This record gives sequence, structure tokens and C-alpha cells, in this order.
Amino acid sequence: MRIAKRIGALMGAMLIGSVLQAADRLTLYCSPQIEWCELMVNTFEKQTGIRVSMTRKSSGETLAQIKAEKSNPKGDVWWGGTGDPHLQAAEEGLTEVYNSSMNSQLQDWALSPHKATGGRTVGIYMGGLGYGYNTELLASKGLPAPKCWKDLLNPAFKDEVQIANPNTSGTSYTTLATVVQLFGEDGGFDFMKQLHQNVSQYTKSGSAPIRAAAIGETTVGIVFMHDAVTQAVKGMPIQTVAPCEGTGYEIGSMSIIKGARNMDSAKKFYDFALTADIQSMAASVGAYQVPSNKGAKVPKEAPDLDSVKVIDYDHAKYGSKDVRTRLLSKWDNEVSTLPR
Amino acid sequence: MSSTTLSLSRRIQLREATPYLFRKALLLWLSVGWFGALVLPWYQAYDGFWSFIWIEDGWPLDDEYSPGILQIFMQDRLWLLPLMICIGLPIICFGWKRDDPRLANFLMGCGGLGLCWILLQGFVIGLRGWNSEAFLLLLGSPGPSQEGMGYGALLVASCLLFLFTQGWSLRGGVQGDGFVTGAIGLNVLLVLLFIFYPVVKILFSALLNEEGALAPILFFQKLTSERIWQLNCFNTGLSCGVAWNSLYLAILVGITTTLLGLAFALLVTRTSIRGKQAYRAITLLPIITPPFVIGLAIILLFGRSGVVSSFLEWAFGIPPTRWIYGLPGIWFAQTMAFTPIAFLVLVGVVEGVSPSMEEAAQTLRANRWQTFQTVTWPLMRPGLANAFLLGFIESLADFGNPLVLGGNFEVLSTQIFFAIAGAQADQGMAAVLALVLLGFTLTAFWIQRRWLGQRSYVSVTGKGDAGIPVQLPKRVRTGITLVCVPFGFLSLTLYGMILFGGFVETWGYKHNFTFKHYLDAFAVSWSDKFGLMWEGTAWNSFWTTLQISAISAPLTAGLGLLTAWLLVRQRFAGKDVFEFITMLSFAIPGTIIGIGYILAFNVPPIEITGTGIILIVCFLFRNMPTGIRAGVAAMAQLDPSLDEASLTLGAPSSTTLRKILLPLLRPAMLAALVFSFVRAMTAISAVIFLVSADYDMATSYILGRVENGDYGLAIVYSSVLIIVMLIVIGGIQWVVGQRQLGRRGSSPISWSGNG
Repeated sequence: MRIAKRIGALMGAMLIGSVLQAADRLTLYCSPQIEWCELMVNTFEKQTGIRVSMTRKSSGETLAQIKAEKSNPKGDVWWGGTGDPHLQAAEEGLTEVYNSSMNSQLQDWALSPHKATGGRTVGIYMGGLGYGYNTELLASKGLPAPKCWKDLLNPAFKDEVQIANPNTSGTSYTTLATVVQLFGEDGGFDFMKQLHQNVSQYTKSGSAPIRAAAIGETTVGIVFMHDAVTQAVKGMPIQTVAPCEGTGYEIGSMSIIKGARNMDSAKKFYDFALTADIQSMAASVGAYQVPSNKGAKVPKEAPDLDSVKVIDYDHAKYGSKDVRTRLLSKWDNEVSTLPR
Repeated sequence: MSSTTLSLSRRIQLREATPYLFRKALLLWLSVGWFGALVLPWYQAYDGFWSFIWIEDGWPLDDEYSPGILQIFMQDRLWLLPLMICIGLPIICFGWKRDDPRLANFLMGCGGLGLCWILLQGFVIGLRGWNSEAFLLLLGSPGPSQEGMGYGALLVASCLLFLFTQGWSLRGGVQGDGFVTGAIGLNVLLVLLFIFYPVVKILFSALLNEEGALAPILFFQKLTSERIWQLNCFNTGLSCGVAWNSLYLAILVGITTTLLGLAFALLVTRTSIRGKQAYRAITLLPIITPPFVIGLAIILLFGRSGVVSSFLEWAFGIPPTRWIYGLPGIWFAQTMAFTPIAFLVLVGVVEGVSPSMEEAAQTLRANRWQTFQTVTWPLMRPGLANAFLLGFIESLADFGNPLVLGGNFEVLSTQIFFAIAGAQADQGMAAVLALVLLGFTLTAFWIQRRWLGQRSYVSVTGKGDAGIPVQLPKRVRTGITLVCVPFGFLSLTLYGMILFGGFVETWGYKHNFTFKHYLDAFAVSWSDKFGLMWEGTAWNSFWTTLQISAISAPLTAGLGLLTAWLLVRQRFAGKDVFEFITMLSFAIPGTIIGIGYILAFNVPPIEITGTGIILIVCFLFRNMPTGIRAGVAAMAQLDPSLDEASLTLGAPSSTTLRKILLPLLRPAMLAALVFSFVRAMTAISAVIFLVSADYDMATSYILGRVENGDYGLAIVYSSVLIIVMLIVIGGIQWVVGQRQLGRRGSSPISWSGNG
């Protein structure tokens, strides 16, 4: 124990130097890729002088953390990540109502989660669902280039498709909800059952299928289109597809955590993140989603949403706990148990 | 020597030698308590444990920073008063004689009551008033409030603990040995607070429904659910329940890692093969590899587009398949990853097997094979059992490999993670799965104890032991060489791939040479204004990781060996329960521990989330069991008469531990130090929830990169970590040194030297 004490003394000495100044602070929970998070933090710090402590975790992990910290919240703002966990947090009263003055500049789709939750969350970007395929593998296998959802049901694609498990991934749940809205509940589940015959693996993480496609482990990966674009921009042989029947989308969202210690800073960040200039910067760090501010520049690599048929995705309904639990357990019982 | 005569002689020794020392120790600890109560801030400041801003910011009168005594009188926190009495009263003992029977009871009473009170008040009075429903109803809301405990409370608690354990030893607890009672008291308290409490806190949520009400029926339904237990894989093409998958995998991995670990241990200690050091290094490589990397390298070798698969297709026309995804892949990756742990446990044990026993067997005309079969092998049983147990548990709790290579083969650890962080967000289900996993671990633990039984495995004694290790029988030697050489080769290939991956633009696709990833992660530059600039994006988490690991490793090894010593060498009531609890945090998947730590330590009385301390504490208690296992296995070989000799010569037990046991425990110490350091640098699942902006860890950075498909950066970071860990392990080895067993060397030179 003597060693322990010495180490303790040493630690004390090392850390005395790093006493914090009592400046304005903000604790940010950030869910998109780290480069984007860092860009936001650096720009915000420069503009306001507020010191930001940022932690990057996936949206599911962040929700779990905010829930566990409920009785003594440590975070102030949760920025980014797919919308469903934000809706869930709102549903469970973990986040705070805030009506930003920037709301008038936002697209309608960005405000729909805001309305659905009474102001607890707002959209900051939109990402269309789709898939990507490995052009080299497709050519070497002599497969027809897929253009629609139904093209993936072609028996020639047996064992060539990957999608995440909807139980573990918000991306995949969005796919399930999308096909249910496109083809009706029975039709949607028929689609999932037939797709099941072609799926080689249900991955855990939502973007894993496109990474597998990029290094040639699978031909098709069903993901958000901007994830496929990211791989293509990196130089991988990936072709992004916006399915011809139309497709659903996610609304990347932002919420203020209830009981935030730095409420003023949180609100400042919230307004800041909704401005056109800030949202226009996303493409510079390889984020090709569509920004929610009407005045923001849409990155030229982003899938052109005018040419993509976007369905009228009902986020309030399919994001609610009851519908989600029902669809997931139906998928568990009727789809995942089918033999292949 | 029988234990009764021993304890008698020791008591006489203690009585004669210690009254003066005892009084000094008592005074010292009381002063610590008084200093804590009268001077240091009682509560924890908002800026964190290591912030010393309070010295100039209103201390001692400011409410936030004032010491315990002022809190009582100025802030009306009357509930702290009993604590002051408990540490104040013992001053009257200085007038009493040491054998005064009142003394023992009095100290125990003060310490025990004080400890109970400090915990009780901490848990009942929270940040926003009463924490307990009963108090809310009885005394009205919100009630008094307080922050988390700070320095003052910490010192007072240590003082109370000391009073209690001294009283206990005076009453004759553990042969009246104050050091032992103190060690037991400290260990039990720490283990209860940092293992038992958070684990119970999270496992309890298994019994709750979504609204937080008790729902035993729902719990039962979840526990017996088809998805956990179904046996479809035997009669249909479907997969089995996740519990069976995990169990099956863990047994396979436990067996393969134990056998491989043994093969390497024998190879290094019992054969004259050249390049032993190289083999040691090869077996160490996987243990120091950050998560995901082995899995990724395996995909690039054996995956559908992997090097080996492409070669097979080109050379023999075998169409590439995805066989690697699923059980084969995870088994393969885990065997690669956990064999070193088995090796580390077994190498000490194999070295410890006494050559004179083998010589005795040979003198009795046993041939090499018979000697191996009847003497060497049975003496290695504690090591084998511990190695299997570690491999089994590691496999159950492993998260990175199944995530990358799992395919459609579901295991408990990943299911638990996604039950919490996936689209379901069902903490109750995660807790249920964790209970299943815990059940497996504990059963394995129990079976291991049964198998070892009450036999003696002592082979390092104080008597002259001048044997030369017997050469292995030929068939064993050929066997292990045939296993170890390909395994070593495969390891090297995988690591070659990993190293290579850091220098190419896109691993697995575009293989043109580049330094880009290294520059992104670890660039440094020189500016005239600020001096050296750490520009790379990885530096921040890199330094934190190094710092946290360096602090936690010695603490883990020390506490682990101390606990092992208590478990093997001391007798006290409730030892089995205590041993069981120490295994809990190791046996439970990191995800559950992570969430449990947030639930337990995000609110007063112990509020340490968002600090570096929570990471250190988490590593300490999560990795301590490895230190314990290594220590227990090694100590089972040491003849107790060695300690007894020291004790009868009048050395206190603390000296005996330091001078006799520790030097003989060097291999175990090395294993514990290395392992806890490495684990702190490579742990992922618990860490995800405990990192914060100021304390980000390397693995969470790597996970972020892997999630984003930036394999280059992830691999660069991993390669750097591997090199750093190699250097550190070398350093540890150099500092700890080798155990000198006083056996003859087997080389001809020392033969002549010894005459």
C-alpha cells in the first residue's frame, strides 16, 4: 500500500497543474463521425469562447448513457445521430423543450420531430436510405446491376446481400419501417422474408454492410446512402443506389438534455448548429447528408434528393416505442427464424 | 508444524513486541482521521477530485469546501456529528493497558458503528434530499441534501476502518495479526463498494419492467425465453439459443487456449529449443493487441476476398466462401487472443514444478513418459485449471471478436451490448442475459474448485532442492513443437498484415505505400510560439490511456496478490463468499459493468463519473481477479512452512509477505502487472460508457474509427499501442526480475562451477 500512496502523491502532483479555469463550459455528446464532431467543437469554441468537452459515442450508446445518468445528468447537448433514439429520449422525458429562433429557417421535415415531441428534438440533417454495391464483384459474378428494392430479391443475389440486424441497428430498423410503409405491412414483411433468403449475414452495426462491400466481403450492403457515398469518395469500387420504388430516410437530430448544468451554453450551441453557415461546412469533413437549414449548401456528392423518390416517412408513428417493439418482435418471430 | 503451536508462539511474540508500535499506529491513524474531519473539505468539489482550486476559493468557510466539523455547525449537517464522536472517543484508549479487554471491544465498536454510519448517511441523504421512499414519507420531502464524499470523508472512513480492524485483531481475529485484519478489512470494503454494489445495482434491473416496477413473471419469461435456450441447431438448420452458443464456444476456447498455453510453457521452460525469447514474444503479441485488430486481420487473410482465399482460388480453383464468419472465425480469433493468458499463468506453474520430485520418480525407475504422466502433469493441475477458467471466462466476456467475425452466430456478450445500446434499448433484457452468463462462469469456477479438491500441490519448499528439470519425453516434445511452430508462424503473419495495413492507403483494397495515417494520428510539429505541438488526432487519448494504465497496473497487481495471499494463507469467516464476490466483476461482461458503474457512481455518496478515477477503479477491480488467479496458482505451490519459519523467527506477517513470499511470487507478479497494464490499454466494452471528454481512451477512439470504416487510422493506432506495450512489458520484466529458486542450472558450465 505504500507504493499506492506514492503513486497517489505523484498523481496529485501531476494533476495540480491542470486546474480548470472557471470559464463558460459545455458538455457535448456527439454521435456522427469524429471529424464532424471536432469541426463543430472547434468552430463553436472559436465563435463563442465557450470551452466544449465533447464525447463521441454512437446514438444507441449515448441514449443508454443519458438514461443511466438521469438522476444527475452530466451532458448538456446531444448533437447528431439517427432520430429514433432522440425520439425515444423525448418520449422518456430525458430531454428538454427548446424553441430556437432558428426554427423558421428549417425545412419542414426537420421540424416534424420537433412538433411530434412538443419541442424536445429537432432535425439537423437528413440521410436517405438505399444501398451500395461493389462494382468489381458484380462484374466478376456477372450479376445484373440492381436499381430497385425488389431487384435484391433476385435469387442470383443469394448470399450476396448484407444488412444490419434491426434489433441492434437503427439503420436496419429504418429499412424495416420503410418497406412496411412502401409495400404495406404484409407486403413489407413478405419483402423481408424473401430478402432473408439472400442475406448472408445480419451485421450488428448499421454501416458495417457497406464496409464489407467495400473490401469485397459481400456484393450489396443496405445502408444510408451517405455512408455508401463516403466509401465511394474514399476510392472504393462502390456504386450508390437510390431504390426506384422510393425510399425512407433518417432525420439526424439534436436535443438538449434535461437538467443540463450549462443550459445557456447548450441553447447557444443549439442555435449555432442550426445556422446555414455551420451546416454548409459538413461536406468538408466527408459528411454528405442533406442539411436541415434551407439556406445551407447541399454537398455536391450528396445523393440528389430531387431525383430520389422519398416516401412520406411517418417518424412519429414508427419511432414510437409500441410500434417499434411490435415490428421488431414480428421480425424476430417471422423472418429471422426462417430457414435458408 | 501444526497451526496451534504456531499461533501460540506468534501470539507470545506479538504481545511482547508490539504495544509501543500499536500505540504509535493508533495515533497515526487517528491523526489521519482528525485531519480529514477538521481540515480537508468534506465534500467533493464540482471541479473534480484532483482540482485544488478550493485552497484559494473560499476554504474553509465556504459551504462547498468546508471541512466536516464546520459542516456540522455552520451548515446544520448534524448527521455528520456521530462520525466525529467515533473518531474522537478513541483518544481515551491511550490511558488503557493493551490487554484491557475493554480496548478491543471499544475500538471495534467505534470503528464499526462509524463505518456503518458513514455509508448509511451517504446513501440515504442524496443530492436532492432523501434517497429513500420511506424517509420521504416519514420525514417529508425533500429533506437535507449533500454532495458526493470528498477528501475529508475519505480519510475519516479509512481511520474508522483501521479502528475496526485493530479492535478485531485485539480480540484475537486471525491470530491477532493487525496487518492481516487490516488487509482483510480494506479488501472486503473495497470489493463490496466497487464490485458488489454496482453489479447488484444493474442486475437488479433484470427484475424490473419498463416502468421500473417489480415484475418477477416478466423476469421469468425473459430468463426462459426461446431465444436464449432453444436447441434447434441439433435437429434443424437453424441456430441454437444464444446461451448454448456462448457456452459451446467458451468450452472450445478454454480447451484450446489451455493446451496451446501449456505447449508454449513447456517449450520455453523444458526444452532446449533455440529462440525461446522469440517464442515468448510471439505468444505475448496477441495479448497486447487492441480489440478488433486480430479480427480484421483474420478477415483480410481468410475472408472471402482475403489473401489466403484468393490464393486457394487461383491455385486450386477452390471458390472462396464465408466460412470464417461464425463459430470457426470467433474460435480462431479467441484462441489467438487468449492463448497468451494461459501461457502466462502456466509458465510460472511449470517452472515451479520441483525437479527433485521428478528425479525421485526417475530414481524409482520411472521412464520420462511415466514421470511426466504421474508427477509433472498432476502437479500442474492448479495451473491448468486456472488457465482453463481464464480462457473460458475471457471467451464468454469477449466482445470485439464476435462483433467483427460473428456472422450469424450470436453470443451473449454482443447480445448484451446491443440489448443496451441497440434499437431495443432494453436494460432489463441485458441484465437477464448477464445473469445467464454469470451463471456459466460461476459454475465453471465451482467445477474447477471441485476438480482441484483438497490435494496439495506444494513443490517449492524451503528444503534443499537441487534437481534439474527432467527433459520432456520425446513424443510430448515432438507434439508441442508441431503445434507451436505453425502457431507462431500464423501469429507472425497476422501481425505482419497489421503492420503492413498501417502503411497502405486503404487496407484490403488500395495497397500503395503512404505515411498519411501515421501523420493524421501522430504528427508533431514545432512552433516558435508554443514549442512542441502534439498535432495528431490520437495524442490526447494516447496520453490519457498511458497515464490511466500506468496508474492502475501496479494497484491491480498489488491488490490482486494481497487478496490471493489472504485467500490462500489466511483463514477468516466468509472467505468463500469473499472469493466469490471478487470474481463477479471479471465474470460479468464489460457493458454491464460500464452501465452498472454509471448507475452506482454518478450520484453521491461516491460521484466519480467523468473523471479519470472511475476508469482506474474500473480497471482495478475488473482486472484484479487475474492477479488473484495468478497469485493463487503460484502460492499453492509454495510450502507454508516457509512463511511459518519466518513468523516463528518473529517477523510480522507484513515482513513475511514482503521478504519471503513476494520474491517467490515474481512470475505471478509479472503476470499480474503485465496483464493489468495491457488490459487497461486494450479494454473496450466497459470503457465505452466511462470515457469522457477529458478522459478519452485509445480503444474508444479506435472503435469510432472502425465504426466509420477508417481501418487505416485504427491500425496505425493499434500498431503504435502494440509497440508501446512491448516496451513497457520489457521494462516491467526488467524491474520485477526473475525468481531465484536455487536450483542447479542444467548447462554444462554451471555443472562444473558447482563441482
